[in-house]
Amino acid sequence: MNSIVPAPIAALPWRVIFILAALVGFGATVLYSAAGGHFEPWAGKHVIRFVVLLAMAIAMSRMKLEFWKSMTFPLYLLLLVLLVVVQLMGFVGGGSQRWINLGIITLQPSELMKPVMVLAAAWFFDRLPPNRIYGFDAIWPLGAILLLPSILVIIQPDFDAAIAYAFGLGVVGFMAGLPLIYFISAGVGVAVLAPLVFFFGLKAYQQDRVLIFLNPQNDPLGAGYHITQSKIAIGSGGIFGKGFGNGTQSHLDYLPEGHTDFVFATMAEEWGIVGGFFILFMYYLLMRWGLSVAMQSKTRYGQLVAAGLTCTIFFYIMINLLMVVGLAPVAGIPLPFVSHGGSSMLTMMLCVGIMMSIERHPGAKRGQFQ
Amino acid sequence: MKVEKQVTSGQLDFTFTRRAAFVGGVQAAIGLTVAARMSYIAVADNEKYKLLAESNRVNLTIIPPRRGWFVDRYGKPIATNRADFRVDIIPDRLVNKEQTVKTLAELLALSTDDVDRIHRELKLAQGFQPVQVADGLDYERFAAVSVRLPDLPGVSPRQGYSRFYPSGAAVGHLIGYVGTVSAEEYQKNKNPLLITPGFKVGKDGLEKTLEDRLQGEPGAKRTEVTARGKIVRDLATRPDIPGKPVQLTIDIDLHNYAARRLGLESGSVVIFDCLTGDILTMASMPCYDPNSFSDGIGRVEWKMLNSDDHIPMLNKALQGLYPPGSTVKPAAALAMLHHGVDPEETVVCGGGYRLGNRVFKCLGRHGPMNMANALMKSCNTYFYAMGRRIGYDAIAPFSKALGLGQEFPLPFPSQRYGTIPDSAWKMRKYDQKWSESDTLNATIGQGYVSVSPFQLAIMAARIASGLNIQPEIILKKRPAPGRLSFPEEHLAVVREGMNRVVNGDGTAVRSRLDIPGIAMAGKTGTAQVRRIAGSQRGQSGAWKYRDHGLFVCFAPVDNPRYGASVVIEHGMGGARAAAPIAKDVLTFLYDREKAMASLEALEAGWGGNIEQRMASKYAAFQGQPAAPPPLDPTT
Repeated sequence: MNSIVPAPIAALPWRVIFILAALVGFGATVLYSAAGGHFEPWAGKHVIRFVVLLAMAIAMSRMKLEFWKSMTFPLYLLLLVLLVVVQLMGFVGGGSQRWINLGIITLQPSELMKPVMVLAAAWFFDRLPPNRIYGFDAIWPLGAILLLPSILVIIQPDFDAAIAYAFGLGVVGFMAGLPLIYFISAGVGVAVLAPLVFFFGLKAYQQDRVLIFLNPQNDPLGAGYHITQSKIAIGSGGIFGKGFGNGTQSHLDYLPEGHTDFVFATMAEEWGIVGGFFILFMYYLLMRWGLSVAMQSKTRYGQLVAAGLTCTIFFYIMINLLMVVGLAPVAGIPLPFVSHGGSSMLTMMLCVGIMMSIERHPGAKRGQFQ
Repeated sequence: MKVEKQVTSGQLDFTFTRRAAFVGGVQAAIGLTVAARMSYIAVADNEKYKLLAESNRVNLTIIPPRRGWFVDRYGKPIATNRADFRVDIIPDRLVNKEQTVKTLAELLALSTDDVDRIHRELKLAQGFQPVQVADGLDYERFAAVSVRLPDLPGVSPRQGYSRFYPSGAAVGHLIGYVGTVSAEEYQKNKNPLLITPGFKVGKDGLEKTLEDRLQGEPGAKRTEVTARGKIVRDLATRPDIPGKPVQLTIDIDLHNYAARRLGLESGSVVIFDCLTGDILTMASMPCYDPNSFSDGIGRVEWKMLNSDDHIPMLNKALQGLYPPGSTVKPAAALAMLHHGVDPEETVVCGGGYRLGNRVFKCLGRHGPMNMANALMKSCNTYFYAMGRRIGYDAIAPFSKALGLGQEFPLPFPSQRYGTIPDSAWKMRKYDQKWSESDTLNATIGQGYVSVSPFQLAIMAARIASGLNIQPEIILKKRPAPGRLSFPEEHLAVVREGMNRVVNGDGTAVRSRLDIPGIAMAGKTGTAQVRRIAGSQRGQSGAWKYRDHGLFVCFAPVDNPRYGASVVIEHGMGGARAAAPIAKDVLTFLYDREKAMASLEALEAGWGGNIEQRMASKYAAFQGQPAAPPPLDPTT
């Protein structure tokens, strides 16, 4: 290619970088306004984190797919150990703890486990002979992969993470071609078990979250406050919003968590549904990119990982947006690339980094020469 | 036989592609759901949520309007508003009642009586109704509460206005007082203004009846607040529109003087401008202090007022009814003249009048009496004889024409109009025929006759001017009153008789005005409270059985301008108790210094002026056990 742009730079995955930069840039704008027109404490950090983590992702994209394949199982084991360590630290420190403070960053093993779960599942299906896909052999190892970390995070207690693991694993299994009957019966099983879990498995505050989502007006000043205020912020924004820096719901603290979980409501108040559609469109492009990476990958591992990680990112987006518009219970899940928060950004950029690596190394069909 | 299903990696690739497309479709569907939901909230429900966001953001505070002033006929203030600092409790937001009240009592140095009142009002208060802790605070105390606010939820300190009556107790019955709105009043009209801390409505007197005029329009203060209630900035303030001032016909200096001059007595002074009907003075004492009533009534204060046999809660000028005694003789004389009695015809008074086998006594043996002298000496015998001649049914219309027993359209919450009886009235009321002894009693203002001091003053003013004056309390231009139907020569006879009462050889000569060129004419009255039993003639014994002392008068004699009545409950005699007060009060109109000198001499003997006497009385009552007052004592 004869260009003034040097080859290594031209070779960067610009398509996804643009999408992410648009999301992060818009997120930073919203955070800047939410802080009352200051880069501190959120917007500046948000951009810096992205730049650093993007560099990390680009570095990751240089790794060959084989590297990730070989790293999968050790990573999985390492995180299991860390989950146990976190649990022990919780015992020592009194109360529950979910992270390990490494000084520069805090590591949250339960968070990192989400993409690794996808890697582990893909790794398993890659090794599974195709004709065993309908057998019991295809099921029990998956169960083991899911259950070990799930038990550890449920003790924490972090129910949301366990659901995310099951989701990631389920998506990979679905893509890998597990019989549809499994998913249909799982759906039926959830429908039957959900009421039982609700009444006997959930703690009171978790029950509240679910109940209040169903009827936030019942408790407008208590737990329903979040949903009510979020809807007020979005609803009062209208089509074009109140204008940059003019959101009263966020600026006067009526909207709780306006810079993290409810950043979408903060944005919608000032930018209206125009801003909301922009973010949705960016996510659409991101998902399309992710799935196209999966489609173009020649290896089964690459396909499953790319599709699984795309869905992991999607899981965050879906839960967060449905919650913010009042269609799902309040869960502490941030909006990828827009919400302020280091540990979710790290997870997202790990996903993106691995997907970039898959895009860069589509590999060759089994039996073909590379 | 079971066929082993063979799966190749190619088939799995194909499955993957199809399922990835399915996943993409699901993602798109969820994305569209979010977009649709968001559009619905932001477009269809936009108005609703905009309103909610605004009501989040904007805190509306009502600024209670300043009440209209009361001023007297010369523009002197009677009721004003004093800027002050106040502290209220909003019962709804109160967290720890006992502790909060205790802390406030310490910070504001509240008396036990106040603390007691606050507790009682808190118990009775509905959640929305503010309970006053204290008002009229100085800035230091106000600031002391303000800085503690974070620890005192439910306490609301604010700057406001409180009603101030410079004359104190002297105008209590005339003006009334203000107070916080009662729960019933709020239920009737759920105006949020009514429960704004610091907002008061008229509870009695003119404050109550002229409420609409005095109230004014509330202002509003809009502030932007954060979710934690911190004020970010003021948005817009609409100032209150103060209520309109009301100018009364009262001469407040004269009124205050009259109230003070009543001294320790229980009684009233009413003075009319006899040319216009303007009420110059309507004093009724003793009275509560409307200043302290407007702050909420304490237990001790209530007990002090309630245990007083002089009934400080009653406006005696309008609501007190008394047998008028001899003060109605001028009215009877007018009736007699109309019915053909020659004013020079004499009746010989031998100390009484025989009707059948009963003798109706006179106060003395007056000898031959013509009409003017009979008025001068207040000779009962003359009026018995002449009254019997024309009959009381002939006298009653004249009493009524002079205002006795009449109700007047005045803006006072209640007036009692008493009774001017006649034969039809007695038949209606008791189903009995009118007897001649009824005539005799009624002619000298006893028996069934009862009138208010206000009516007596109107009678005096109408006789003085001959004008059919109508009483008025609110100063305004009015058409000149028409003449009464009495011939001027009849009035002249009666006025001459009344002149002799004071300036001749009459019953009130000791109360002659000591002002060159100004003379007062009058008529004394001594009304029995109960039937004369044995030798006791109501001149001694228990206070409540003593005779009432009454006096009606006008001045100056030659060119009447003022008509007045003074009624002293159980004062034992008009000449003794009432006429000296009338003398001083009328003196005040012409020579203030002289009048003040005699008042100050008297007050020295009474233990100070009204305020000082009430304060020492309050001190005496402090510490005694007392029952709580009702919320609205005047209703």
